[in-house]
Amino acid sequence: MSFTNALGRGLAALLAGVSLAGISTSSQAEADFSGKTVEFVIPFAESGGSARWANFFAPLLSEALPGKPTVVVRYRPGAGSTKGANWFQRQTTDDGTVIFGSSGSTQFPYLLNDPRVKYEYNDWQVVLASGVGGVAYLPPDIARKFDGDANDLKDIEFIWGSQGATRLDLVANLAWKMLGMNVQPVFGVEGRGAGRLMFERGEANIDYQTSPAYLKSVVPMVEAGRAVPMMTWGGLDEDGNIVRDPTFPDIPTFKEVCEATEGCETSGTAWEAWKAFFIAGFPAQKMVFLPQTASEDVVAAYEKAFKDIIARPDFKEISSVTLGVYPQMTGTAADKAKKLATNVPAEAKTYVVDWLETDYGVSLK
Amino acid sequence: MELVATALPALGEALSLIFQPAQLGFLLIGVLLGLSVGVFPGLGGIAGLSLVLPFMFGMDPVSGLALMVGLIAVVPTSDTFASVLLGIPGSTASQATVLDGFPLARKGEAARALSAAFVSSLFGGLLGASVLTFFILIARPLVLAFGLPEMLMITLLGLSMVAVLAGRIALKGIVAAGLGLMVGTVGEAGAGGSLRMSTYDVPYLIDGFSLVIVGLGIFAIPEIVALLRQDRAISRTGGLGKGWLHGLKDWLSNFWLSVRCSLIGVTVGVIPGLGGSVVDWIAYGATVQTSKDKSQFGKGDIRGVIGPESSNNAKEGGGLVPTLIFGIPGSGSMAVFLGGLALLGYDAGPHMVRYELDLTYTIVWSLALANVIGAGLCIVLSGQIAKLTTIRFTLVAPFLFMVIAFAAFQSRQSLGDLVSLMAIGVIGIFLRRFDWSRPAFLIGFVLSHQAENFSNMANQIAGAKFRQSFEAGIQYIASPIVLIILTLTVLSVVIGIRQSKHILGNGHPVHGGKKAPIVFLLCVTGYLLAAFFNAASISLVSDKIFPLTIGAVSLAGCLALLVRMMLSPETDPVFTDYERGGEDGQAPHGLWATLAWFGFLLLLSALFGFIIALTVFFLAFLRIRAAVSWLTTFILTTAAIAFICLLGGLLGRDFPPGLLQSYVNLPWPLT
Repeated sequence: MSFTNALGRGLAALLAGVSLAGISTSSQAEADFSGKTVEFVIPFAESGGSARWANFFAPLLSEALPGKPTVVVRYRPGAGSTKGANWFQRQTTDDGTVIFGSSGSTQFPYLLNDPRVKYEYNDWQVVLASGVGGVAYLPPDIARKFDGDANDLKDIEFIWGSQGATRLDLVANLAWKMLGMNVQPVFGVEGRGAGRLMFERGEANIDYQTSPAYLKSVVPMVEAGRAVPMMTWGGLDEDGNIVRDPTFPDIPTFKEVCEATEGCETSGTAWEAWKAFFIAGFPAQKMVFLPQTASEDVVAAYEKAFKDIIARPDFKEISSVTLGVYPQMTGTAADKAKKLATNVPAEAKTYVVDWLETDYGVSLK
Repeated sequence: MELVATALPALGEALSLIFQPAQLGFLLIGVLLGLSVGVFPGLGGIAGLSLVLPFMFGMDPVSGLALMVGLIAVVPTSDTFASVLLGIPGSTASQATVLDGFPLARKGEAARALSAAFVSSLFGGLLGASVLTFFILIARPLVLAFGLPEMLMITLLGLSMVAVLAGRIALKGIVAAGLGLMVGTVGEAGAGGSLRMSTYDVPYLIDGFSLVIVGLGIFAIPEIVALLRQDRAISRTGGLGKGWLHGLKDWLSNFWLSVRCSLIGVTVGVIPGLGGSVVDWIAYGATVQTSKDKSQFGKGDIRGVIGPESSNNAKEGGGLVPTLIFGIPGSGSMAVFLGGLALLGYDAGPHMVRYELDLTYTIVWSLALANVIGAGLCIVLSGQIAKLTTIRFTLVAPFLFMVIAFAAFQSRQSLGDLVSLMAIGVIGIFLRRFDWSRPAFLIGFVLSHQAENFSNMANQIAGAKFRQSFEAGIQYIASPIVLIILTLTVLSVVIGIRQSKHILGNGHPVHGGKKAPIVFLLCVTGYLLAAFFNAASISLVSDKIFPLTIGAVSLAGCLALLVRMMLSPETDPVFTDYERGGEDGQAPHGLWATLAWFGFLLLLSALFGFIIALTVFFLAFLRIRAAVSWLTTFILTTAAIAFICLLGGLLGRDFPPGLLQSYVNLPWPLT
């Protein structure tokens, strides 16, 4: 019986976690979270990739932090995640009871100097950076016209639910534009989960999800014949080349599809801009932050907790199912990832700002 | 047949898992915890969950599940206490219960109202679970049939209940709802993030007002102040009339009403994205419209309790469908539930219903069983708890001020919570005084966000479909479901407007002088004008179109009211002012002096922090206003402080700090 198996698995995981936490608490005496409730705030609704990512780490964090606080995930969606990020900027707790999980959708408006951004990444202290991928998918009837290039998709009118022009969805919008596809974004959905539901209802006929959400919610749809993967955004190798996504080695990358499609170039300004925003948005997409006011020992406790989580013997196994196979970075690696995620070359920025203005009438002043 | 073949074995498996002594024990603990937390307005699922999470580690998943489900299932049950006894809507699930439940308590029939409410909840929960057992296997296509236009229509159906609840002057009800909608848009817009009626200099406003605070301000504060001015018990007679057995009989004689409203609850709960906030209003509206004698609604008709209460627990069951099938929570407590499931190592989603049907049924039926235990306990207790309504209210009031201030503070943990509670409380007091429909205001506020979001997105998609072809566009916006709900909405508006005069009229209109009602109308108009021009200055169309439209409609309503006021004599019901006579006008204590006591508590909190403020407030209030002996004063004050510290300590919550705390470091609970 699948349920009884699941019971055994869950119990084993819990026991493993408890014993591990027992070891790790003894060495950390400084910050103590006994009896506290940590709010892990994400600026999205309950059903997207960020929610899944946060809910994966919340219980692990609860075990790994000294004093085993209760960690609850709280959702503060709105304005494609800037609402929640603006809220976090105003937090002044120093005891580590509020942490914030940002995503590419939070980084992009910041990079583009969106006037509604009132948060400053330099103020926040990063304690974890997670790489993530993304997969675009189509309904089966349209997927029949897709054979590795987008040449036959150019006459189709696509609709998709997007969080906003300056959010992470920018990578998808630009990719579709470069492929010559006619995609009409419907702005204002709260999180990619709502976008997926629009796809399931047939209101949208194209969508993409970040890896955690794809693994959980789209793979069953693919198995049931209700969706077909189109392409991934790819992964980044050591030398900065775009290669196949390690979690989805069988799905072609956007780069491959672009090369095969007439009129799509993998060089030049458009490509460079796309690549720059892809690098800012995906290889270090999801980060955990403490507010500027958090004290040093709290930051140290969190860094150690995340290191312990990643060092768990079963981490690879449990994380690959939920998050996919991507690097999880702490300490200086996380700092580096944060820099990568919050900087893009000036040319790429100019190109994107112009394009947003002409195609969507979004002025960033 | 195939359906039954898959469902039955899994159901058997699930039931054998639930009915084991250990699981039942944990379920019971969960229920007891949930009841204790749910009694307090503003403390819901998250507070309750943080109470059980520490115990959850090292517990086997089925027991953990039982504990969590037990807790979450009964939070919407126990908040009925506050709604009925005190007129405080504990959560979105029990807003409509206030309308008739509280007047019943004032008649001395609190026990009757409570037991009718709980038996309705119980039945709704069971019916919901039975329907779900089979429905969950085939629900997917039906749930997917509800696109954005359909959800928008349901939201409008909810808004159309304003017509039923508009009160004596329909126009006032419409403006009140418009005002609620406009207050709901304050803060950063959901679509583009533009600011509306707020600035970055006042960070509190950017996030908008929370429902808990608006609910407390609009309903609880005006009622508490009005009661306090009378200086007697909540029950007008001071005694208890019809008891809890009578409530059970009431439910039995309205059995089909209960069935109908439970089905409404399941159906609306099933649709993801609606959040369940419309359910009880739709159920209330349906109850009123299908009743022959409507004269008692709003004055204490037991059917007004049975309807919404049957629907709200059924909704929790319905909410499991989107939660389990799509991993998208159907309500706030379901969002918490999802988090808890993840903690136990389960992921809700399509695979769960397909491959772990036994687990799914364990959840569905644990929820139902928890409902039965919780509601059963509440029925037994209701006779005793109803005695609260016979205590001299002046002794109860300081505790209530304490609890609502604490509850309001949970929403943002900032002093701004207390300030906005006071501000909205003042609006609530005026709405009550001049006979503007407070339910209409609240419905507007609750539905503002989703009405804006759904209409924005549905409009964009419809635009794209119309560009494809006219046919595609029409098919999209005029689907059969949309047309059915549209018909219902129109019917409900027409019937509602025709009959609203008889509903919610509390006693005879009292009037005296034109000035006060006109000044209040001008204030409302002024705010609406300001909000309108503020919205007009936003550059993003997606962020301004909704407040502009609603603002224009409400302003037109204001203008029409103003014209009517100019033309009518002073005795026209449009000039109703309850300060000029009747129960309020003849109250022994003044309105502002009474409200000032609450203001005093807030001011003290701002200066010295909550706990010190409470101590001073209790001593002063009990000695001066209640005029009880020093001994009683000390006993009650100590009890209050001990209680709130225990509550805060157990839930790991801080108390509002004041100016003092920013200079001096004090130990908990004084922080």
